[in-house]
Amino acid sequence: MSEVDTLSPGLPQALAEIREDFLALSISDRLQMLLEFSESLPEVPDGIVPDDAWEQVVECQSPVFIHVDTDEDIPVIYATAPQEAPTTRGFASILVQGLSGLDRQAILAVPGDFPQSLGLNEAVSFLRLRGMSGMLSRIQRQVAEAA
Amino acid sequence: MAVGPDSAEELQQYAHPERLVSTEWLANNLNTPGVVVVESDEDILLYDTGHIPGAVKIDWHTELNDPVVRDYLDGEQFAQLMSRKGISRDDTVVFYGDKSNWWATYALWVFSLFDHPDVRILNGGRDKWIAEGRELTKEGPSPAPTDYPVIERDDSTLRAFKEDVLKHLGKPLVDVRSPEEYSGERTHMPAYPEEGALRGGHIPTAASVPWALAANEDGTFKSLAELQKIYRDDHGITGDEPVIAYCRIGERSSHTWFVLRHLMGIENVRNYDGSWTEWGSAVRVPIVHGSEPGEAPARS
Repeated sequence: MSEVDTLSPGLPQALAEIREDFLALSISDRLQMLLEFSESLPEVPDGIVPDDAWEQVVECQSPVFIHVDTDEDIPVIYATAPQEAPTTRGFASILVQGLSGLDRQAILAVPGDFPQSLGLNEAVSFLRLRGMSGMLSRIQRQVAEAA
Repeated sequence: MAVGPDSAEELQQYAHPERLVSTEWLANNLNTPGVVVVESDEDILLYDTGHIPGAVKIDWHTELNDPVVRDYLDGEQFAQLMSRKGISRDDTVVFYGDKSNWWATYALWVFSLFDHPDVRILNGGRDKWIAEGRELTKEGPSPAPTDYPVIERDDSTLRAFKEDVLKHLGKPLVDVRSPEEYSGERTHMPAYPEEGALRGGHIPTAASVPWALAANEDGTFKSLAELQKIYRDDHGITGDEPVIAYCRIGERSSHTWFVLRHLMGIENVRNYDGSWTEWGSAVRVPIVHGSEPGEAPARS
């Protein structure tokens, strides 16, 4: 069981740490950190996700697809987005890395307003953040459907 | 003009060839004093992954809009932005960006509201520059602040408001959104975030001419003959009457505005930046559903 964030019960430790890291930075450095996340989005090895299993996150401005493998107790989240869409890749990377290793209950308990709590509103605008909310809610839906 | 125009032959067909530069011209003028290159993308981080050497970034959403009111910067704020970006009033500003220069033309249009004299588009934008294997850098410039004058924004010439559009009904209107948005099946671009219009459809009498029809595969603009076929022959936009273009929030229609105003040379073209997010949520404005333009409502 992960430690819980005192400010936001339900937020797993990894996501809470990501949020703290963002909030500690200036607005322009937050963008740099988002760029670093975009560069560290794990590659999805060929063939590991069947083509028809990808779900498009239509809330995003760029073609981004997610898939949650729920065969085991600990779901595995996959995401792909083009190199030309670093903001979207950054959002996906935060979620893929921040939710990694969590069980279903912990994933479902992540507050829906997590994307809005990272201090990125001013840096990237609320419109763009909607894409991240779309990713989170689709990940949670896939996990819930498999439960 | 501070710097002479690009004399490349392919640009001379257009009404205002001085509003375009080729990738070759830009590559040769990166260090020319008085030339400032501005990258404006949909994705706010794309510039940071690599950009044309010396280019500054201007983000459409966080830098050109007023942070509170749904409006653009005022003269004071624009002057501050220009100073931060190292742009002087007499500089030649060359815009480029992703997606066939969609956002670059938007930034150029906003600069035009402040009547910045010499604004140009890099024909083909970011994609063509990269496709040609030209230099990119991650090194951010540190421009020296400039003393840009405070110029009041002129909303009367290039910009249309909802009331202007109501009075304009019956004269040429161009809806540059996707056919699905035009017909009212959906209120936003396919695969794009919903931006909150409460009704779907289009403004009565508007012609449906999706913006990307004006762009080639490589991001450059289509030839003048092709543009005239699309706008003049197929949709009756001759330039004899004033034209208003709109989309969802005024960005895609900036691309069409640039084409009509600078490439085809139509004098009176305005961009309705309130666009469908305003019209589709406004109370008691006329709307047409379906794929036909529809009739202008009778004047009361």
